[in-house]
Formats: sequence, C-alpha cells, structure tokens
Amino acid sequence: MSDEYYLELSENPVQFENASSVNNVFFDEANKQVFAVRSGGATGVVVKGPDDKSSVAFRMDDKGEVKCIKFSLGNKILAVQRTTKSVDFMNFIPDYPHLEFSHECKTKNANILGFCWTNWNEIVFVTDQGIEFYQVLPDKRTLKLLKSQSINVNWYMYCPETAVLLLSTTVQGNVLQPFAFKSATVSKMSKFEIELPAVPKPAKLSLSERDIAVATIYDQLYVMYLKHHSRSTNSPGAEVVLYHLPREGTCRKTHVLKLNTTGKFALNVVDNLVVVHHQSSQTSLIYDIKLRELDGALNVHQPVLPARSINPYKIHLTGPAAAPSQAPVPCELYSSSWSVFQPDIIISASEGYLWYLQVKLQPTLNLLQDKGKLMDFLLRRRDCKMVILSVCSQMLTGGDKGNLSVVATVFDKLNQVYKEYLDAEQAYTAAMESGPSRSSTSYKRPVRTQAVIDQSDMYTHVLSDFTEKKGVKHKFIIAVLMEYIRSLNQFQIPVQHYLYELVIKTLVQHNLFYMLHQFLQYHVLSDSKPLACLLLSLESTYPPAHQLSLDMLKRLSTANDEIVEVLLSKQQVLGALRFIRSVGAHDNVSARKFLDAARQTNDTMLFYTIFRFFEQRNMRLRGNPGFNQGEHCEEHVAYFKQVFGENALMKQATA
Amino acid sequence: MASGMQEKQYTPSLLSFFIYNPKFGPREGEEEKKILFYHPIEIEKNEKIRNVGLCEAIVQFTRTFSPTNPAKSLHTQKNRQFFHEAEENYWMVMVVRNPMVEKPNKDGKPPTVEYQEEEIIVSNLFNGTFSRAFEAGGVELLTQKLEKFFYRYLQTLHLQSCDLLDVFGGISFFPLDKMTYLKIQSFVNRVEESLSLVKYTAFLYNDQLIWSGLEQDDMRILYKYLTTSLFPRHSEPELAGRDSPLRPEVAGNLLHYGRFLTGPANLKDPDAKFRFPRIFVNTEDSYEELHLIVYKAMTAAVCFMVNAAVDLNREFCEQLDSLVGPQLTLLASDICEQFNINRRISGPEKEPQFKFIYFNHMNLAEKSTIHMRKTASVSLTSVHPDLMKILGDINCDFARVNEDEEIIVKAMTDYWVVGKKSDQRELYVILNQKNANLIEVNEEVKRLCATQFNNIFFLD
Repeated sequence: MSDEYYLELSENPVQFENASSVNNVFFDEANKQVFAVRSGGATGVVVKGPDDKSSVAFRMDDKGEVKCIKFSLGNKILAVQRTTKSVDFMNFIPDYPHLEFSHECKTKNANILGFCWTNWNEIVFVTDQGIEFYQVLPDKRTLKLLKSQSINVNWYMYCPETAVLLLSTTVQGNVLQPFAFKSATVSKMSKFEIELPAVPKPAKLSLSERDIAVATIYDQLYVMYLKHHSRSTNSPGAEVVLYHLPREGTCRKTHVLKLNTTGKFALNVVDNLVVVHHQSSQTSLIYDIKLRELDGALNVHQPVLPARSINPYKIHLTGPAAAPSQAPVPCELYSSSWSVFQPDIIISASEGYLWYLQVKLQPTLNLLQDKGKLMDFLLRRRDCKMVILSVCSQMLTGGDKGNLSVVATVFDKLNQVYKEYLDAEQAYTAAMESGPSRSSTSYKRPVRTQAVIDQSDMYTHVLSDFTEKKGVKHKFIIAVLMEYIRSLNQFQIPVQHYLYELVIKTLVQHNLFYMLHQFLQYHVLSDSKPLACLLLSLESTYPPAHQLSLDMLKRLSTANDEIVEVLLSKQQVLGALRFIRSVGAHDNVSARKFLDAARQTNDTMLFYTIFRFFEQRNMRLRGNPGFNQGEHCEEHVAYFKQVFGENALMKQATA
Repeated sequence: MASGMQEKQYTPSLLSFFIYNPKFGPREGEEEKKILFYHPIEIEKNEKIRNVGLCEAIVQFTRTFSPTNPAKSLHTQKNRQFFHEAEENYWMVMVVRNPMVEKPNKDGKPPTVEYQEEEIIVSNLFNGTFSRAFEAGGVELLTQKLEKFFYRYLQTLHLQSCDLLDVFGGISFFPLDKMTYLKIQSFVNRVEESLSLVKYTAFLYNDQLIWSGLEQDDMRILYKYLTTSLFPRHSEPELAGRDSPLRPEVAGNLLHYGRFLTGPANLKDPDAKFRFPRIFVNTEDSYEELHLIVYKAMTAAVCFMVNAAVDLNREFCEQLDSLVGPQLTLLASDICEQFNINRRISGPEKEPQFKFIYFNHMNLAEKSTIHMRKTASVSLTSVHPDLMKILGDINCDFARVNEDEEIIVKAMTDYWVVGKKSDQRELYVILNQKNANLIEVNEEVKRLCATQFNNIFFLD
C-alpha cells in the first residue's frame, strides 16, 4: 500500500514561526519567501527563502498593520503596504540609505489592492481603478511612473515566471485582462472571458480569485479555472478548465479536466502535471494535458491515475520543548489551514511549514496498466529514466508479461524520443561547425533529458539481464531483441554492435544457426569487424560462419589484413596472395608471413610459387630478387636452397 | 533437318520407378513381397520381380568391391538406372531413358542423381520415414502410403526439362531491404505469440523465400513442394481473382485478400473441412509431425506449422484468418512498394547483360538470369539446351574436387561458358562474344563478379 502514494511533500520543508496573534505570515510567490512579521515588524521580520542564502532577518518600525510585504528580485528593495493609499519602501542595497520612503498611488480615490515586483527596481501597483507601473529610484528615494492604465479591477493575480498580471474586470468578474511586463515596458494582451456555469441575476461578482490559478505547463502559460459543479447544468462533477494564454494572439479554452466529484479543491502544478487536491476525500488527482484521451473530444482529460492521498508525512518536533528521543508526529494532511500556491507550494501557516509538492514515479508502474500510456506519461516526467527502465524490465520478465505488440509500442516510444535528441544534437554540431556567427538563430546545445533512453541504457539495465534470465522462452527473447532492433532501424538509429552480439549469443546458445544465417543474409545484423570476428569464432560449431565472416570483412573494405589472416590460417596461401594482389596491396605485405604459411602446408611446389612471387616483387621494387634484412626471410631462403638448389634462386638481371 | 531423313529425338524420360526392401521377401517364391511400389503400375508382375531382382544383384555385386559404397548408377546403351538406399534396406530405383539424337553418341547426363535423393526426402516430409510407417502399420500401410505419394509426385517430375537448377535444389531468396525484413520478422513473431499453437513459420513472397523458422534441410524440401506443386496448382484462380473486389471481412470490417491454400477453401462454407496436409520435419533427431497451413494474401504466402497432435478446427482457422489476413495484406503491399523503390534506385534493369547461374551451398541460395520463369511443367531458359548440358558437366567436375577452381569452356556457336567455384559457391556464366579470347572472357567474368557480387567474398 505504501508504494501506492504517488505524491509526497518535500523532505526538507522551509520552517518558519507559525502564524499567531502577534505574528503575521506572508508569502511572496515571486521570490518564494515566507515573511514572519512580529508585532508589525517592531520585534523583527524573519524572511525564509527556499535556501539559506535568501533568508534575511531585520527590524522595522511598527507603523500599522502590514497588508502585504515583498522584496524586489534579489532582495534589493523591500516594499510594504500598510494602507490602501500608499506603499512604503526600504533600501536593502548596501551603501544606500536605509531610510523608509513612501509612495502614494497616483489615481485619486483609488484603493491599492496590492503590488507586484516585476524586476529588481520595477513595481506595479494594482488598484481598484487600474494599474500603475513604476520604476523605483533607490538613491533618490522616489518612484518614477512608467505607465498607467485605467480599468476597473475586482482582484488580480500575478505569475512571476512569465511576469504576466491578470486582472478581473466587469461586474461578474469573469472577463480577465492580462498584461505582460518586460524591462520597463508593459504590453496589454487580449482579454478573454471565463465561461461561468450560470449567469446570476442580478449580475454580481461571480468569479472568485480562489477559483483561478496561473501556471506554466509544458512551457506554455495557462489560466486554470476551477469550475464548480452546478445543479443547473447536468455535469456530474466539478471541472478544471484550462485557458491557453499565448504571448501573442487570443486566449483559447483548450483543456477540460474532469474531476468527477464535488467539494473543495486546490490546484498545484508539478512536473508539468496538474494536481487537484480534494479536501473532503483527502486525496489528490493528477492530469497530464499532453496525454491524449481516446474519445477524441475537445481535449477532455480524465485523471491519469486513481485518486490517492499524499504520502503520509511526519513532523520531527524540534526546539527546546521536544526531547531528542521523541517520536515524530504525523502531520495532518489536507488540513483547512493549508494554503496552496503555484506552482508546487503548500504552506501550513499554523504549523509553520512550507513544502514543495513532488511526484513519485515508481508507484505509477502498478497503477497504470496500459503500458503505452504509461510510457507516454513517464517520458514527459523529469526523473523518469530509472522508472522507465524498470517498466521495461517488468514488462519483459515480470509476471504480467506484456505481449510483443506492447513491447513494440514501448520501444517505438522510447526510440522516438531518443531519435529526436540525436537529431537535435546533430543539428547543433552541424551548426557549430558551419560557424556560430553565420546563423542568425543562436543554437543552444540540446539538453539531454532523462527521457532519452539510449541503447547502452537498454542494454545494461534491461536487455542483458533479460537474456540471462532463466525460465524465459528463447523464442520470446529473440523476438524482443529483434523488435528492439526493428524499432531502432525504423527511427534510423544506427544499432550498436553489442546488441548484435546479444542476438548472436542467444541464437548460438539455442543452436539456432540457420536463423542467424538468415539474419546475416538480409543484413539485419550490420557489418562490423567485431561481428566478423565473432562469426569466425563460431566456425567450429557452425562451418558456414566462415563464409559469412569473410563476406562481411569483404564488404567492410577496410579489413583486407584480416581477410589475409583468415585465408592464411586456412592454409589458402595462394588464395590469400591473389586476394591481396586483387586489392593492389601486394607490395606492402610481409613476405615472411606468406612464406611461413606456405612452409606449413608441406607443399614444396606451393612454397616454390610463393617464394618466386616475392623474388619477383623484390626485383620489381628494388631491382634485386634478394630479401632485405628487415624481412627476416633468411630461414626461408636457406630452405629454398636446400630443396631446390642454389641455382633455382632468381638471378639478378644483368645489365 | 533439311535432309530427308527425319531426325528422331528422344528426351530423357522416366521408364520406371520402384521401391523395394529385400528383407520383406527373402525366400524364393515370396519375391513379390519385397516390392513396395512400382511405377508404372501396369507392368506385369513377373517383370517387376525380374527387374527388382536384377537391381538387387547389381547392388550386391558391386558391394563386394566397395562394401560401404555400392553402385549408385548403371549406364547402359538405352537407359540409366539409379540406385538409392533411402533408409537401411529400403531401396529406390529409377530408370531413365537416355536422350538420343540420331547419332546416339552424345548423351546428355541428366543430372538426376541428386534429384532422386531429394524426392525421398520429400516423401519423408509427407510420410515420415519408411521404418516409422512400417512400425506403425506394417507393410500394407507402407505400400498404401507410397502409392498415394509417388503417384502424385511422379507427375510433377519433368525429366526432360531438368537442368542445373534442379541439381542444386536451391532456394531462391527474395531480395529485400533491412527495414521491410524486420517488419516481417516482427509480424512472424507476433503471430507466433498470439497463436501459440504455431510452432514454425515460413514466409515467402513471389514464390521466393524470405524467412524460414524451419531448419535449412526441411525448408529446402518444403520450398520444393511449395514452388513446384502447391503454388502452381493455385496460381490459376489467383490470376482470375485479381479483378474481384476486396473481400470484406466481417469482424472489424477489415478488407483483406487473405485465403487458405491448404485446408478450407472458403471459411464461410458451413461444410468446410479443416484438414491440412501433414509433414514431417527434423527426422534426424526429434521427428516431428506437423500440420501444414499455407495462407496467402496477394503474392505473400505464409506457412504455419502446427503440431499434428492438435486438432485444428473452424475456430482456429477463423482466428488465424482474422489475425493474419489484414496484416499480411498490408505487408504484401509494403513489400511490393519497397521492392519497386529499390528497383528504381538501382536503375531500370534491362535485360541482364550476363547470363548466369549462382548457387551457394552454404545457404542454398540460388539465382539465375537464365531462367525466365519457373513454371510447374517447364522451366523456360533463354539458352540452348546444349549449353545447359555443359553447365551440368562442369558441375559434375566441381563435385569431384574440393579445391576452388575455374573452368572455361569454348562452346560451339561463339559461346563461352565459365564455371567458377569459390569456397562453397558456384557461379556459371554464359557469354556470347564473337572472337573473344580467353583473357577477355576472364576479364569479363571478373567484371561481372565486381558488379553483381561485390558484397560477397569471391576469390578470383
């Protein structure tokens, strides 16, 4: 059961002083910092970030209740909102005056709803009557208005990753107006309308900011709308509707996630998965918008996996009250004091914890039966490599042995990703070679994600174990290996020779030589020197391997020396000599090697022929039939004299 | 032929064929029992006994000179007898009339020695070994079986058109690119997995082999049977059916061309019989009896072999049909397409410049540009029969020695015939070049090897 939890809280949460009557807690999504403000700052402000470096502690004067507090990027300037009319600033840049300065919003009678830092010195005030975009000049302790826009605002939402600000407008609040910020400029994007389940009469604010979240999924910005179940429409449960918000162009409704239940929900995005927490059942669901559903309707998605709770979490009590031996206490999950922030943050203000939500992939193996779908799912995850490999192993050797078409599907999916990476890598190399300056687009070296499962991964983690495994039918082993090779070929990926060796080894083990012969005949096992040598070694058990090996060496056309060696070892001295002559390399071969082989045949006529050939070669090359010192042929010259007599030696041509 | 005298020409033909076992009637007066099969059947009993006795005598007589290797053939003026001990004490004898022209000094050597050996194996394929049958049902069953088989088989024997290719008994492999070949592999593996009854599979396209799950020796015989007997019998309806629309398949509404060549002719026929021919493979060691299911879609044919102990029923055949039919149809068109692409790449192939026959003893691969098309009854060759005889003679010479060699023959009418043997391969080339000399012919053959056989190791 314990390995069924596919969601978990990060092991090292950010801890802060829990919220209380004297301690207010704020969270800044942009810097992911938690602010613990004690007594309005008079007794100290403790800022905890995701790592120790971004943690700060300081004091400020208590000038009233803090409504909002945020650092600009890089902790340069602190902005604090205490009233609805103005925002106060403090420099945190070394050597700048640490004095607070205040700025009132420009629009008359407007109330400040909040503010967002878009850069280290750029800030947007969101008021109920529009936005004001300022540049902060810390040395002058003033703000300079860059741009303002007048619009009625119900509430706002900011996505720090993309620097997009979303404003809820109109009476019902369902018309959203996005703005994009980029170094001192602001651009108005096209507004869009969220379809409400029912239009209330008379019109009143019907879209709450609680039901809207903004996050990037697969590098695209989406606005997620939690559409609650309504009695008037016959939908069986609540839905999450995703609106794709492109940089340019109009926003469109693209995905619908079916929740199949009702109640209170919260949204997270982890590893490009949409996670929907359901409070009453204390479970969560995950959705992958790239996973295509079979029914083909407008990208309607069902949960990838059955609903499961987040992995139970235990808190180690610390501090003076806790004895070191004290057992950790279980933490209440899905507590009503939890706040959820995008993309993957869960905060328990009452307990003083900030967790990152994480996806565990291993449990998905048993929860998702459709291996093809499982592969699609895993290939898009971050830390997927070992899980994918274990899926492959399980599929081949596990009890629920997948059939070959499933195996084929999985291999094809893996190799598709592998091929895309290889192509990208190749394009990059080509672009680098042609000179980086020439191409206008700057090429980035393609990132090798974990989803790239190459042949050596498959070989080491899956295939070599699988072929060794007892109790697996060899027919199945060979079928699987061939299926992998087929898949590689289909994606035009050159097959590594160790895979061929595995095929050959398996075939040889089961005496399936004729099968091997046929594979070689159709060049399924591509030519290579190691393969040819492997074949040569099989000759004693399967004589045709000799012919196959020689053919392969011949086709390689870089293995002439090897061919000579093979022929000489077969005592085909004349054949070897004729071969080396036919490729035009007979002037460079070692005479001694041939003469040795000829001597071993005990065929004196053959020896004579070979000897005479080399005498003639010497003559042609050096004008003298004798052998050089370096050729070490003295022994053979002596033998020749002994058998045929001194006079049989070739005479030097007399001029 | 212009002369008034009508030139009489006899082609080699089968005079008689019989099988006997001397152990079955050792006593005088019981000689008839020795004879297990005799063709032609009409021959009078005494003559049969006499002929069998004569053969027995010849074999016994020659055994005194070579105890382990008795006579294999006897050549007389009119005919030639071949003796073959198929299994211990089981003898097969074939009497062939020599071909004769008016001047009967030149006899062609019909290369039937090897041919004969093969038919025994073919018989093994369908009948199992003689002794097995004898053990199973005594002499009567054996004679019955032999009659049934050889009656049919001898009709497919066309001695007058036998040539070198029949000597080799090779397998023609379909040239195919790696990817399509792997697809076929994948197809075969998947079918074998889904239909776990299937023990072996063989895949053919255009009457040429692509994949064999059987061992080479068994495949050689099966290939022979398929290409000389089964396929020709079914080629006629194939041609006629080409214009008929796709057969809509009920299940899944998939269209396919698949049909059974053995077993039920029409699956929808309620009286369809689900009986398949049985074959025997691996007779050397495990001795397996199998059903032979041959299924064909367009020009792709697949043989599925299922253990004979299993009863094949309608359900199985329907399952096979619905599983294999659509896939095979698709695969067949894939292969065809790929083949056409490859041919286009290699350039429009005109009438090949060289006429050659190639055979590799290692994988039994044969290739011929001499034969236009092998049909059931006649093999059409594009060269004169005299030249074919020279090829046969060269082959006989090659068979005598183990060394690699090369023989160049200058035939009449300006033809050169070159035979080349390298390792286990044999190549025969016929060149027609007026006034060519030996060196030029040699160069020409070298060129041929370089272009046609550049991917194999050929010593020159």
